[in-house]
Amino acid sequence: MIKLKVNDKSVEYNGDPNQPLLWYLRDDLKLTGTKYGCGIGACGACTVHMNGSPVRSCSLPMAALGSSSIRTIEGLSSNVGKEVQQTWKELDVVQCGYCQSGQIMSATALLESNPKPSSTDIDNAMQGNICRCATYQRIRQAIGQTAKKLEG
Amino acid sequence: MYHLLQHHQQATASSADNTKTEITALSTTRRGFIKTISAGSGVFMLGCGVAPSLSQAAAAATPDLSSLVFNAFLKITPDNRVIVSIKHLDKGQGVTTGLTTIVADELGASWQQMDWEFAPADAKRYNNLYWGQSQGTGGSTSIANSWDQLRNTGASAREMFIQAATKKWQVEVGNITVKDGIVSDGKHSATLGELAAEAAKQSVPKEPKLKKTADLQLIGKDIPRKDSPEKVNGSAIYTQDIHLPGMLTALVLFPPKLRGKLISVDDKEAKKMPGVVDVVKIPRGVAVVAENFWTAKKARDTLQAKWDLSASESRGTDQLKQALTNATKQKNHVITTRGDAATTIAKDDIKGQVIEAEYHLPYMAHAAMEPMNCVVQVTDNGAEYWFGSQAPTIDQSQTAEILGISPDKVIIHTHYAGGSFGRRACPDDYVLDALHIAKNIKGRPVKMVWTREDDMQNCRFRPMSAHAIKAKVSTSGELLAWQHNAAAQPILRGTPFGGMIQGPVDPTVYEGISDLAYDFENFEVRATEFESPISTLWWRSVGHSSNAFVVETFVDQLARAAKVDPLSFRRKMLSKEPRWLGVLNLAAEKANWGKKLPKGTAQGIAVHKAMGSWVAQVAEVTVSGKDIRVNHVTCAIDCGIVINPDIVKAQMEGSIGFALGAIFGEEITLKEGHVEQKNFDSYTPLRMNQMPEVDVYMVDSTERPSGVGEPGVPPLTPAVANAVFAITGKPVTQLPIKLV
Repeated sequence: MIKLKVNDKSVEYNGDPNQPLLWYLRDDLKLTGTKYGCGIGACGACTVHMNGSPVRSCSLPMAALGSSSIRTIEGLSSNVGKEVQQTWKELDVVQCGYCQSGQIMSATALLESNPKPSSTDIDNAMQGNICRCATYQRIRQAIGQTAKKLEG
Repeated sequence: MYHLLQHHQQATASSADNTKTEITALSTTRRGFIKTISAGSGVFMLGCGVAPSLSQAAAAATPDLSSLVFNAFLKITPDNRVIVSIKHLDKGQGVTTGLTTIVADELGASWQQMDWEFAPADAKRYNNLYWGQSQGTGGSTSIANSWDQLRNTGASAREMFIQAATKKWQVEVGNITVKDGIVSDGKHSATLGELAAEAAKQSVPKEPKLKKTADLQLIGKDIPRKDSPEKVNGSAIYTQDIHLPGMLTALVLFPPKLRGKLISVDDKEAKKMPGVVDVVKIPRGVAVVAENFWTAKKARDTLQAKWDLSASESRGTDQLKQALTNATKQKNHVITTRGDAATTIAKDDIKGQVIEAEYHLPYMAHAAMEPMNCVVQVTDNGAEYWFGSQAPTIDQSQTAEILGISPDKVIIHTHYAGGSFGRRACPDDYVLDALHIAKNIKGRPVKMVWTREDDMQNCRFRPMSAHAIKAKVSTSGELLAWQHNAAAQPILRGTPFGGMIQGPVDPTVYEGISDLAYDFENFEVRATEFESPISTLWWRSVGHSSNAFVVETFVDQLARAAKVDPLSFRRKMLSKEPRWLGVLNLAAEKANWGKKLPKGTAQGIAVHKAMGSWVAQVAEVTVSGKDIRVNHVTCAIDCGIVINPDIVKAQMEGSIGFALGAIFGEEITLKEGHVEQKNFDSYTPLRMNQMPEVDVYMVDSTERPSGVGEPGVPPLTPAVANAVFAITGKPVTQLPIKLV
């Protein structure tokens, strides 16, 4: 049995240990904000936080989770996370929106570990998240603006 | 699909005036709006006798369908919400905000009280006015075809509220205003919700008076997107996210090549697996139906299938390239001709320099972030769908045909689509796969999902193409003649859109070439349809996405031969084309065209018209060794009246990023007919670190709104390639750009 926390709630898992976390979140817990995009950790749409760090849930088998604490877009509650979402709305970053949960989880993890990222830091941290609508310019702006807001 | 727009425009002599005439005619011949207060709910609905949220069956039961041709677009609830029915699919382009804005402004509602819902599939009430009796989203037509329809909706409702207020308050019509959602005569006032029931009793104006431009409050402003909040907190529901009671998940094992046919399958292992409900054969493959994704995926991986691939493509990319090149050397159909290009180029006594070029463009995949998927339940009476349908009434009628029922028995609930770029407007494809599975699973809805690999391998690609061009530039630097020969697979032929092919060749092969706006004397365009079993489809901006690259990079080759600056060379040949010049000059001015740049960095410019809009872009590019970096793109668009400038900007930024992938490495290649790319490790859309800074400018205009979603794509690749040409001195004639 795998015991873990998802969005601060304790859950127990008895299913196939090879099932990726993504499908446990989406099909079992009905937390559908985390998206499937590629299944090989190449697009970032499935990004969640595992013990505070961004991970690609599509490529993370349940067996590898130990007693981790998982946070999804639905449970994003930190100041940084809330501020990131707010700036995302102010700049109307989204287009189709499908990748944006993953973008926001990656951006939040970046700002939580690096409150003043340079543009190279932003590019590096966000390079694993594809946005086919190419909202990259606004993502870059939103991360920069959020950093400024949090500083002030 | 956008051809329907083009043909519509052709049918009306390509003139805005005629378009107006046609729409006015529709307005005056309609039998007027029907209004109703639905029993007990107190909901005011302008338009038809059924709320858009009611089922298709109820709509069909309404006695007089002719009165439903226009307008089931607006309802107002007693709690003062104004709800607009959105007949188009939102796949990121912002229609839920844009279309809602048009109604809100004419009505005089406040933005806060506005809401929206997707309309059901209904070719009579919700058809795209550029497509005849068909509902759908494509060709960047959503705003353009809805403009009059939704202004009339808002304006009619406003007049009905004014009528209601005059009666209630016993005052003169002229003293009443409707503004920010408040109906007022100075003394009395009421919200729209409070007056909705009385307003609904008024007669519907035959010719509602539209607001003057100066009185518009919302149109032209940066209104925040209505879909932002739910797309930012993860609560927006895409097809992938739908969970219905009893719903099963299906994955399909497809043949290893497009058009392969199943010979046999061993499904013993799969059927034994707990959670697997069934394994069913469908026309295009074998589907595993299970309780959830992971079970379906594991079971699918155990299937052992034999395929007949005799109808599939067996050539590789190099062979196809050669075959396409050969096709451009044939005496193909003449698409357009003026003067005598061949003689002008061939005759030595006409002095000048002859420039020749061969171009090649690869297959491209849409690769929307949400792979194709569809939820459907087949019942004894019909079928019910939940998905991001881009051509709902085609999906509806194809379903009806397969099930042998009438189209009104097919209900489609539209949901957000996680991108499309043309992919979801696709007859005979993923929707029917889902239907064939669901036919076998009675009583339970089925969600068919494609993995990324399924999506990439079974994509219908932007066609590969080749072009051979010859031109002559006079000794004084003028373009004398242009002879063009294009070969590409068709997109429309053999599909429900085949009727749009008017000449011998599918227009997607030569659009953006045959209608070249440059003014010169001798021009000949020939074209041919290339054949391959590979499936093709429109890819954001369709033929323009390839053809603008070809045309606009060749223009730079000509300018170089003429020893004229590329901007001046274009300006001179566009002197009679004010809207072309408008964007060209705006982009050049804002980019400070010709500014001094360090060695290895240069600007490139391109201009193109697609989907009724003009776009010019200036790219500033740095080449170091084999690396290309696009630093900055300045973009100017003329799309007529702008509904929401920020959304237009977003679409230009997105189009530029989308198109840039084609410069840096996105391409589909074949090996003995097998698609070599399977996922984002080998098919490589643009990533964050490759995105340039983008500035967008809009030409002030009082012309009717035209397309925005696609026209930003075509000029990007030539603008970048022209900058690379300026740096390296070597013309770019293929994409992606591979510097050696």
